[in-house]
Amino acid sequence: MTVEASALWLTAPVAVPLAVAAVYAIPRGRPLTPWAGLLSPAAIVAGAIALATVVRDAGPVRAYGQLLRADALTVWLLLAVGAVALLACAANPAYLAGEQAAGRAGSRTVRRYQALVHAFLAAMCAALLAANIGVMWVAIEATTIVTAFLVGHRRTRTSIEAAWKYVVICSAGIALALLGIVLLYYAARAAHVPEAQALDWTTLLAHADRLDPAVTRLAIALVILGFGAKAGLVPLHAWLPDAHSQAPAPVSALMSGVLLAVSFTALLRCKAIADQALGVGFTRALLIGIALLTLAVAVGLLLGQQDYKRMLAYSSMEHMSLIALGAAIGTELALAAALLHIAGHGLAKTVAFCSAGQVLQLHRSTRIDRVRGVLARTPALGAAFGLAVVALLGLPPFSLFASEVALARAGFAAGLGWPTGLALLLVLAAFAALAVRTGQLLLGPAPAGPTHPVPAATTAGGPAGGPPDAPMPDSPHESAAPDTDPADPGPARTARGAGLPLGLGLLACAVLGITTGPLADLLSDAAAIVSGS
Amino acid sequence: MSEATFTQLLDLACGGFLLAAVIVLWRRELTAIIQVFALQGLALAAIPLLLGLHEHRADLVAVAAGIAALRAGLLPYLMRRALIASAPAEDRGRRHREGSDERRETQPVVNVAASLLTAAMLTLLAYAVAQPLVALDPTPATRALPVGLAVVLIGFFVLATRRRALAQVVGFLLLDNGITATAFLAASGVPLIVELGVSFDVLLAVLVLQILTTRMRTAFGTTDLDDLRELAD
Repeated sequence: MTVEASALWLTAPVAVPLAVAAVYAIPRGRPLTPWAGLLSPAAIVAGAIALATVVRDAGPVRAYGQLLRADALTVWLLLAVGAVALLACAANPAYLAGEQAAGRAGSRTVRRYQALVHAFLAAMCAALLAANIGVMWVAIEATTIVTAFLVGHRRTRTSIEAAWKYVVICSAGIALALLGIVLLYYAARAAHVPEAQALDWTTLLAHADRLDPAVTRLAIALVILGFGAKAGLVPLHAWLPDAHSQAPAPVSALMSGVLLAVSFTALLRCKAIADQALGVGFTRALLIGIALLTLAVAVGLLLGQQDYKRMLAYSSMEHMSLIALGAAIGTELALAAALLHIAGHGLAKTVAFCSAGQVLQLHRSTRIDRVRGVLARTPALGAAFGLAVVALLGLPPFSLFASEVALARAGFAAGLGWPTGLALLLVLAAFAALAVRTGQLLLGPAPAGPTHPVPAATTAGGPAGGPPDAPMPDSPHESAAPDTDPADPGPARTARGAGLPLGLGLLACAVLGITTGPLADLLSDAAAIVSGS
Repeated sequence: MSEATFTQLLDLACGGFLLAAVIVLWRRELTAIIQVFALQGLALAAIPLLLGLHEHRADLVAVAAGIAALRAGLLPYLMRRALIASAPAEDRGRRHREGSDERRETQPVVNVAASLLTAAMLTLLAYAVAQPLVALDPTPATRALPVGLAVVLIGFFVLATRRRALAQVVGFLLLDNGITATAFLAASGVPLIVELGVSFDVLLAVLVLQILTTRMRTAFGTTDLDDLRELAD
């Protein structure tokens, strides 16, 4: 492929979503079809596939001097982002139709929502494609800014609270990563790396052995804490359950499925530099501690969880800590398992969040004890949610089974028996909690009476102190609500076209569990990049 | 500019920079805090200005002008506007009623004396942590580097202990000022594209927080973050 062509494919995953966002942002007489949103994920997937062939044949490619760069790791993550975005964007029309039917969204809200979602996709791809770790940081912080309004989309008290915590904790946390990057830059400049390339990832990696160890140690600790905050790892994880439970379902899917992983990839890149400079011991100890603590926190809060969206959020923390454990082990097998886990978790969590969003739109409550019997009332939806949770539990044939087994094997092989064993025990506890709660939600007979409970009845007698229902019918709605299209068909519309992305996601996750097929080489190349061999 | 004058002026700017962060902890009036923050922005801009004059680099002088415009001009202006929006006319008459005054940090979690002591401890901690950083390349600029880290830590402290939404925004910005100062003192600033991106992100983050403050006031009737506790496990 020529230089121009590869530059084109490097640009497309950022430029196309930005263009789609701009088109949505411009007011127009007739609303744009929601299916236009599939253009961005299509561009991301196409770019990823094209880059995969280039990278396989010719190694890493660059465009615009030092600005954009793609290697196997970039391509793997781009594929994951593209796949999850495809599912989430395909779920968007049904979600928005449901919101409009319930009178919670007008055409202005829909436009703003779509524009922000696509800007979010562009920022994630920019973070993956940036060659300079400073620019990578800027793109990751941009995702926080763009998603803030998506989290606070409903403008209810709970969603504003979630958005505030999200912006403050994530921005402050990720500022630590910036400080770490600044210190890395200082170390690189002191090692006489020229200014223009001192934040370039490949240059830093090549000169890593000349970096001052004491400064690098401080820098990498800050970077791990900072990007860890955005990846949902302790100690700055408090925003995650709130933001993921309050955001609209497709956005929760994107945030949980891939944004956490994108931030973690930034961490992995910095870790590769630090491992060259310091040896693996320091980052390994730090990451094992963080992974086990995160796992313990997530399991503790999963055990008593009564809210099914928060349950999924804590399950994300559980899976991110497994991925962090894989990074800590650091062998090629462990890293390949962690990267496969990123993809499998992204797909399964997308299906779980999107189906949970439909359950919420139907039953208007996020509390498990108020919903119950989903499988009897809406069999297809219940089955999708159930299978997604089965995948998240790590059962075959889904790919999370394969990656968890590989992780455990790699952990024991690397002589990290204790932490790996402890993690497996905690995962078992999470398994039990998730299985029991999901059983309560899905199984059992459908309660007598109307399938759609009257909203006032579900919120009025809520127990004190418990999390209130997300929709909050008595809270101020969107100011644009009155201009809802009156010709829009009722809630029956939500079912049409909503099942397809769920089924596709589950299928992809299962296929990935059975065989990685043509992706196997890409996966091992990506793992080799991070392990530094 | 002679070497001695440069060192003295640089230390003066860094001293003013740290002092401003401490005064933010001391004052309770949000208007005064915003004024002090603007002054801190000027002290911060003085650092690249001095470095630029000393190293004869015109680009650093231009960056200094940009930093001054953003951190001493635009950001304080945005916060002042948010403050006016969050404290409408009818509220200004009853400033003594506990909890109703949006323009004061009513009851910080930690009182002023303890806050100032903590600031002293954090500064000492910053000096201890920064030992290897100074040792790597001892110049007049890197010797002042612990000041940047101290302001980062004080920013975190403000973020953790203040209850008013706007006071938290100030904490976040202190944190960010500290990082920018560290970058200038350690390596004469990060590359321009990163500096621009970071400044743009900070500006947008403040705009987002300002809009969220307005929505918070509409939904909760106050910007006291203690009222934000509907989401918890």
